Amino acid sequence: MAELVLTRNFEVPDAHTIRVYRERGGYQGWEKAKGMEPAAIAEEVKKSNLRGLGGAGFPTGVKWGFIPKGSTAPRYLVVNADEGEPGTFKDRYLMERDPHALIEGMLIAARAIGSHLGFIYIRGEYVQPWRILSAAVKEAYDAGLLGKNIQGTGFDFEIVVHRGAGAYICGEETGLISSLEGKKGWPKVKPPFPAVKGAFGQPTIVNNVETLACLPHIITRGAEWFAGLGTKTQGGTRLYSVSGHVVRPGLVEAPVSVTLRQIIYDHCGGIPGGRALKAVVPGGSSAAILTPDEIDIPMDVDGPKSKGSMIGSAGIIVMDETVSIPDALMVVARFYAHESCGQCTPCRESTGWIYKISHRIVEGKGRKEDLDTILDVARRGAGTTICAFYDGAVGPYISYIEKFRSEFEDLIRSSAHA
Amino acid sequence: MPKLTINGKEVEVPEGTNLIEAAKAAGAEVPHYCYHPALSIAGQCRLCMVDIDKVPRPQIACNTQATEGMVVHTETERVLETRRSMMEFHLINHPLDCPVCDQAGECFLQIYYMKHGLYDPRMVDEKVHKPKAVPIGPHVMLDAERCILCSRCVRFCDEITHTGELGIFQRGDQSEIGLFPGTALENKYSGNVIDICPVGALTDRDFRFQVRVWYLDTAKSVCNGCARGCNVEVHTNRHRPHHNQGRRVARLKPRFNAEVNQWWLCDEGRYGFKWIDDKSRLTHPRHKGGGEGAEVSWDRALPELVKRLQGCQPDEVGLLASPRMSNEDLWALRRLAEHLGVRNLDFRVPPLAPGDEDDFLIRADKNPNSRGAELTGVGPGAGGRDAAGILRTARERRLKLLWIFHHDLAASGGPEAEVLAAIENTETVVFQGTNANDISARAHLVLPSAAYVETEGTFTNFQGRVQRFRTAIPPLGESWPDWKILSVVGKALGASDPVFSAERAEQVFNALAAAVPAFGGMTYRALGDTGRMATA
Repeated sequence: MAELVLTRNFEVPDAHTIRVYRERGGYQGWEKAKGMEPAAIAEEVKKSNLRGLGGAGFPTGVKWGFIPKGSTAPRYLVVNADEGEPGTFKDRYLMERDPHALIEGMLIAARAIGSHLGFIYIRGEYVQPWRILSAAVKEAYDAGLLGKNIQGTGFDFEIVVHRGAGAYICGEETGLISSLEGKKGWPKVKPPFPAVKGAFGQPTIVNNVETLACLPHIITRGAEWFAGLGTKTQGGTRLYSVSGHVVRPGLVEAPVSVTLRQIIYDHCGGIPGGRALKAVVPGGSSAAILTPDEIDIPMDVDGPKSKGSMIGSAGIIVMDETVSIPDALMVVARFYAHESCGQCTPCRESTGWIYKISHRIVEGKGRKEDLDTILDVARRGAGTTICAFYDGAVGPYISYIEKFRSEFEDLIRSSAHA
Repeated sequence: MPKLTINGKEVEVPEGTNLIEAAKAAGAEVPHYCYHPALSIAGQCRLCMVDIDKVPRPQIACNTQATEGMVVHTETERVLETRRSMMEFHLINHPLDCPVCDQAGECFLQIYYMKHGLYDPRMVDEKVHKPKAVPIGPHVMLDAERCILCSRCVRFCDEITHTGELGIFQRGDQSEIGLFPGTALENKYSGNVIDICPVGALTDRDFRFQVRVWYLDTAKSVCNGCARGCNVEVHTNRHRPHHNQGRRVARLKPRFNAEVNQWWLCDEGRYGFKWIDDKSRLTHPRHKGGGEGAEVSWDRALPELVKRLQGCQPDEVGLLASPRMSNEDLWALRRLAEHLGVRNLDFRVPPLAPGDEDDFLIRADKNPNSRGAELTGVGPGAGGRDAAGILRTARERRLKLLWIFHHDLAASGGPEAEVLAAIENTETVVFQGTNANDISARAHLVLPSAAYVETEGTFTNFQGRVQRFRTAIPPLGESWPDWKILSVVGKALGASDPVFSAERAEQVFNALAAAVPAFGGMTYRALGDTGRMATA
């Protein structure tokens, strides 16, 4: 078993308290970082090959560098703790079991980018994680790790915990910012990008919980060590949320070089009841579906991409032979129709349309042109919207039909309208 | 000033110009719904996509600024296909109720479908249903099913009026425009959302179902509701006289003028045209002596007036001009006063109550041409009396003839009893105006004026901008433009000024421009559609 990094405290009693966190070596990364030049911290993070673990996989150190040089405006660090991608539950575990790792990571990132105010935008449904995290923030304030002139360094950093209200789109970086600003959670037109003009019109860096939780380890143990855990293009381990038809569903930490087959069969004990694997979604519902012959891929940023899918949030949904793919498409289409913010025309109109068609197919009223209509509508809308939401919906629309077309066709053939 | 190439044509545009405007400069139309030059960029409709060299996929033109050396294509096969796709998305849930939609004929869903759509519909499922015919304010009716959620109306209320009544509620294809709880769309500029709504979602409660837009004629004009002089189009219904309840003026629409009103018009101005086709219009000259209020012809009315004027000493005549008259009317009146030697001349009659005003368009002075009256010198001559003095001397029986233009004195700022005493105590009261009022009812001679939309002329707004209004409809009944009435009178009195031989308003204006330095060098042609500043 490879070394645990992000989950090293998960089984330790009371690791969510600052006392136990410190006993386990917590806040040593900050102790080191507070004496480092901000540029040196960013450089270390770049060398570590840390990539954003929220979904897009963008190199974290590079993202930090997008704040305009010489800008004297206040900068904000925003933590994306909205974790809404279906099949994903890693950030919840981090905030419940190791919240100080996030706070320490925020301190390090804040120092690197010169921010004095951080916001944690936490998913509204996450009541327990919110309670635990809020208590941890209070502990950090009480311990002098947050506030003005932290530990006499002259560095100020405050954290505001802000609860969302249950919209998937508020996990999109600029939708999150709109919501944080008190507006409807509509993604913003880019440019300007958040690093230039983000929350409240100021330069803003939005990082995922898990991404920030990696920082203490990178600073404590060095970029080379972290990079060495992963592949050439991505350092570290990551948390895979595994759900569906596996013997042991749950959270798996593994180096990003782990293959999808290893996760399903080694870490999670394979498919229950000796049934056959039918399909896997490798990175949350927005990732294109994979067939059983496509699972020998490393689960870094590049592996799923090589099969036309994406690692996304690393939420792995395993489906065995009992699953109806048309049913699965209908469920996922209903989700995207329900969650589309409604701002851009192609997304607003076609998510609902495609749900209606997929629903009709499942009801046995499919028409022979339906599949081509879905594929055509999906392709026409792809890449035309303000944010990546619709592209995320297109992933399942196209892949479910293309890879399991005969299953849809059988359903349609038996329908009276065909 | 970046230079860029659009469809092979090089154009130079100001820094910060987006590609929709830059394409316009290059003579190319980029279709769009959510973009409006007065509002922030929403980037929602996704219709304005264009191809840019070295950019892998089409970009929205509204949020892309022109940069030096950029090469843009607005008509590539890929762009045309994207437009077709966006039109299909815009229309899949649209009710397609054009036959009963007031916007039909000026709807950008229709226009763009014909230009950029022309696909066969594929939607076979039940469309999304939303509220229809919801009054959201005194002037605006919402049909949420027709709405394409471009958010222009929302942004207008947020960014222009700062009243924020409207929002987009719900999500996805359930999204709909609506009022925030406890509010109504009743700000003073609410009608503008109807203009900027590109589809039939927001229609005009006043205009709805009155007349189909393709029967309308249009004339460029200037609102006469206050001293701002917002540029407007007058839309008239002449081809279907049985429609619009027989009224000729169907609606006013704002006309862009960067210096005056930009794209906007206040509701008071927009709906303040009903007097034009009102039953109270004066349509024939009337002479009390010829029977009780009997209609007479101009051939009998004007000689009667001339005779009575000739029977007065100059100081026995009072002339109450109106800042609702055009520059041409006022100039003709001033010349007539000079010919008669009348010094009792004024236009400043205080209103009953001070008008409301704001820091946007609405002016407290509810007259369109007070500045013009000042510049044309319509005021008391040396030793002459102002409006209050004229009325006082009339009350004191020291005037033999009081000629009142347009003012409803009984509803003005002067005490009603004093005004009525002035009328009572004057031998000849002449009322010249468009609509009947308490004064016209008491006047010995009533001369019907053409409304401003029934003639042409110029107003000078509070800024000093001289602006033309054009003839939209012929004068009602036997009414005449004020300047024409004055010129016929002047000629009969033997005045030789060229003003009195004018056959068109333009000739009066030319005489004014030649005589008054503030109007120096101006001609109707030079004023164009947006006017010119008077040299103060």
